[in-house]
Amino acid sequence: MSPETAPVKPAAPKYTKKDFQSDQEIRWCPGCGDYAILNAVQQVMPTLGIDREKFVFVSGIGCSSRFPYYMNTYGFHTIHGRAPAMATGVKLANPELEVWVVTGDGDGLSIGGNHLIHALRRNVDLKILLFNNRIYGLTKGQYSPTTELGKVNSKSAPFGVIDQPINPISLALAAEATFIARSVDIYPKHLMDIVRRVAAHKGSAFVEIYQNCNVFNDKAFVQVTEKEIRDDQNLSLEHGKPLIFGKQKDKGIRLNGLRPEVVKLGENGITEKDLVVHDEKNAALAYLLSRIGFPDFPTPLGIFRDETFPTLEQRTREQITSARAKLGEGDLDKLLYSGDVWEVK
Amino acid sequence: MTPQSPAEAVPRKREVLESVTIRFAGDSGDGVQITGTQFTNTSAIFGNDLSTFPDFPAEIRAPAGTLPGVSGFQIQFSAKEIHTPGDQPDVLVAFNPAALLVNIKDLAPNSVVIVNTDSFGEVDLKKAGCATNPLEDGMLSAYQTFKIPIADLTIKALEPVAITHKDKERCKNFFALGVLYWLYNRPMEPTLKWFQDKFKKKPELVEANSLALKAGYAYADAAELFRSQYEVPPAKYAPGRYRNVMGNEALALGLVAASKLSGLPLFYGSYPITPASDILHELSRHKNFGVITFQAEDEIAAVTSAIGASYAGAIGVTGTSGPGVALKGEAINLAVMVELPLVICDIQRGGPSTGLPTKTEQADLMQALFGRNSESPVCVLAPATPGDCFDVAIQAVRIATKYMVPVFILSDGYLANGAEPWKLPKLADLPKIQVKFQTSPEHFAPYLRDEVTLARPWALPGTPGLEHRIGGIEKSHIYGNVSYDPDNHDFMCRMRAAKIQRIVQEVPDLQVMGDEDAKILLVGWGSPYGSITAAVEESRRRGIKVAQIHLRHLNPFPSNLGAILKRYPRVLVPELNLGQLLMVLRAKYLVDARGLNKVQGKPFKVSELVEAIEQEAKTLQGNGSPK
Repeated sequence: MSPETAPVKPAAPKYTKKDFQSDQEIRWCPGCGDYAILNAVQQVMPTLGIDREKFVFVSGIGCSSRFPYYMNTYGFHTIHGRAPAMATGVKLANPELEVWVVTGDGDGLSIGGNHLIHALRRNVDLKILLFNNRIYGLTKGQYSPTTELGKVNSKSAPFGVIDQPINPISLALAAEATFIARSVDIYPKHLMDIVRRVAAHKGSAFVEIYQNCNVFNDKAFVQVTEKEIRDDQNLSLEHGKPLIFGKQKDKGIRLNGLRPEVVKLGENGITEKDLVVHDEKNAALAYLLSRIGFPDFPTPLGIFRDETFPTLEQRTREQITSARAKLGEGDLDKLLYSGDVWEVK
Repeated sequence: MTPQSPAEAVPRKREVLESVTIRFAGDSGDGVQITGTQFTNTSAIFGNDLSTFPDFPAEIRAPAGTLPGVSGFQIQFSAKEIHTPGDQPDVLVAFNPAALLVNIKDLAPNSVVIVNTDSFGEVDLKKAGCATNPLEDGMLSAYQTFKIPIADLTIKALEPVAITHKDKERCKNFFALGVLYWLYNRPMEPTLKWFQDKFKKKPELVEANSLALKAGYAYADAAELFRSQYEVPPAKYAPGRYRNVMGNEALALGLVAASKLSGLPLFYGSYPITPASDILHELSRHKNFGVITFQAEDEIAAVTSAIGASYAGAIGVTGTSGPGVALKGEAINLAVMVELPLVICDIQRGGPSTGLPTKTEQADLMQALFGRNSESPVCVLAPATPGDCFDVAIQAVRIATKYMVPVFILSDGYLANGAEPWKLPKLADLPKIQVKFQTSPEHFAPYLRDEVTLARPWALPGTPGLEHRIGGIEKSHIYGNVSYDPDNHDFMCRMRAAKIQRIVQEVPDLQVMGDEDAKILLVGWGSPYGSITAAVEESRRRGIKVAQIHLRHLNPFPSNLGAILKRYPRVLVPELNLGQLLMVLRAKYLVDARGLNKVQGKPFKVSELVEAIEQEAKTLQGNGSPK
């Protein structure tokens, strides 16, 4: 199947970032990572060549889910966890719309985990941005499904979290999402690149965005954001390129059997040729990459998977079209009067 | 019917009967439902009025021959207008001892019992828990029993057909049907034709089933078991074209019709649940009407996807039963808050919890009216008969789209699976559903209201210049921005209630049926319509003055309801719950109404209601008038 490209519309009005900013006062805490994500999305939107009225932002409940109020597009702030299901209905009813879902680790992975899984596996053309701050912010600091084991700063587990956290990327892969990526709130360029790639993808897209909650879980992603260490801790995924990282670009990921390991280029005769080459079309590799990270490995950032398959809305339309071709356009009288009908004079 | 005992054989005669009630009973694998449905269709085509009541076991295939595995199908067919599947069967066809045991207590003495003697072996009796053989122990002495080795005769009749012994035995239900066709003088052609359609790709099964049916017919004719053949002449119908319809089927067709009448695509989001799943099955067949069916991952996704579809301009509908409604509550409230059209079909069943999935009840009225957090007014409708489900579905879509509100349809298991002859409408005769989308940015605000309906504009994503945000947080009047203002919240709560009240504009005044000068008024809603109507007719025949109203609109109520209630000294409210409409009527109209209630998973018997009416009439006479 060949990937479809987004239709180019030269006649589309030229927008600026301002055209995507609503008149509503933003009510996130000062210093919240959500501001940076909003900024990145608002910067990319005008460059996509898509009419503004085509955009619908659907969200659930939580800090991240206030997002639609700040976008000057169509927006639907729904109920806790249900945004992917709501958005599925929107997209099926009108496939022309560009439907984005904004959710968080609690909204998307806890109360709404089921909907997330099923929206992804159905390959509905939804762009799902999951702001992962590893904490419940709006309810003021309970641990979330992504909070690390043993963490003691959450209000609902003062003796430490004893629930094994979920891995959002592994979950998205298991759920058959056709586009899966990870980015970080404070890396605007990276984030904007990912948002552009998401916009171009047709099918279920899932982006985990590490997002700092400076009030309830500050510095949760310090290992990928701290200036001094981040180059040695981040692994940038680039399709067709070997997995190299480090300030000096001197480290890489090699496979030892099925086990990944960190190796140093130049040591023991190791060259780039020994390293794993990233392939966005290889779901098995994507899964392997989803399992590595701090502290034994660098944290992969970028696109884990990008493949194109028919979407649910395409299949829905195809069924309708073929039913009409086979049975003719629906004729109610014909339908009602079919079967055993008798006449009384 | 009162045929004489076969023992005193005299020359056979033909008797004319007004109505007959037959119950087929057997293992859920015996083809009881198909047999009943065939008898129904043939009787419908023959021109009888009829009403059916399929009674399914909860298990798909309970252990064969056991009491929990018994499946039943009851039909009353008549030469006059009837309203119910009959209180008591005149004829019981029992395919095994379990079916006999489960059903015999429902029969009046001297009724006809037809049994398949081939399934009364030692093992069969043990499975049914019989210590002695009911064919020999006197259990059947009060009935006219016809003992027929149905399986054996079927297998013999199918000798020339090249199918397995087991497959031959499985045709025995049609042998039994053949016997009944002869007994009630029905044509075999409709069923023979049905075999040809049904088994198009298996000609040997067409042959086998046809032979079984004909063999049953010939056997009844030749064996001289029966002393009479019976005639139930066609009923007098209003001119028109008719077909048989079941409630779920009619509901689904009504939704398709509403899509045609409004020009909007239908989106049906649903999660499988008894007894609502047939709506999903039916709608999934009609993709050439542009119908989108979405089998969601759960009840919540079923309703939220429907809300999403409504938001994008489709007719968003979800269907379920009581337990599913409980799960959908929060989402229904979102539709209340964002004021989008939504239709919720609740095919009620026995509860609470999983309850009695395959049995009927109408105990979700409170849930529909009040089963959500805070002030959450919605419109509630209830069909009265299987055919009425069609009209109610259209009415629900009309109201939902015109007033931008959620609308409940409270059907139930009895309507869903019951069948009746249905006078077919013509699309051209049905009033169009006029839908207005906001298209111009001029004078647009998301919560600016229509003066007549109080509806906010339906502004579809994709419309240039109307970009706006909606959501579950309280909205400011007119502009729809997030608002925590106390006065605004008070205002908006009252506004949402007022909007539901405005729907009364769509509600015709109630017509009182029966005696205008009666002292007793029966107030019903939903599926007991048939039983209530028949009971009122019977009571009046017995000289009791009684009146009846039936509510299709449960929120808002028809505007003349209060005045009618106050006209009658005694108001009785029969419901298949423990007094839900009763509580609402008492609270709203301060009327001393009394409930007639049962929750047995079964519809009202006409006789139960007649007895209650007679009792009330006696009390009223004794006291002069009630206080």
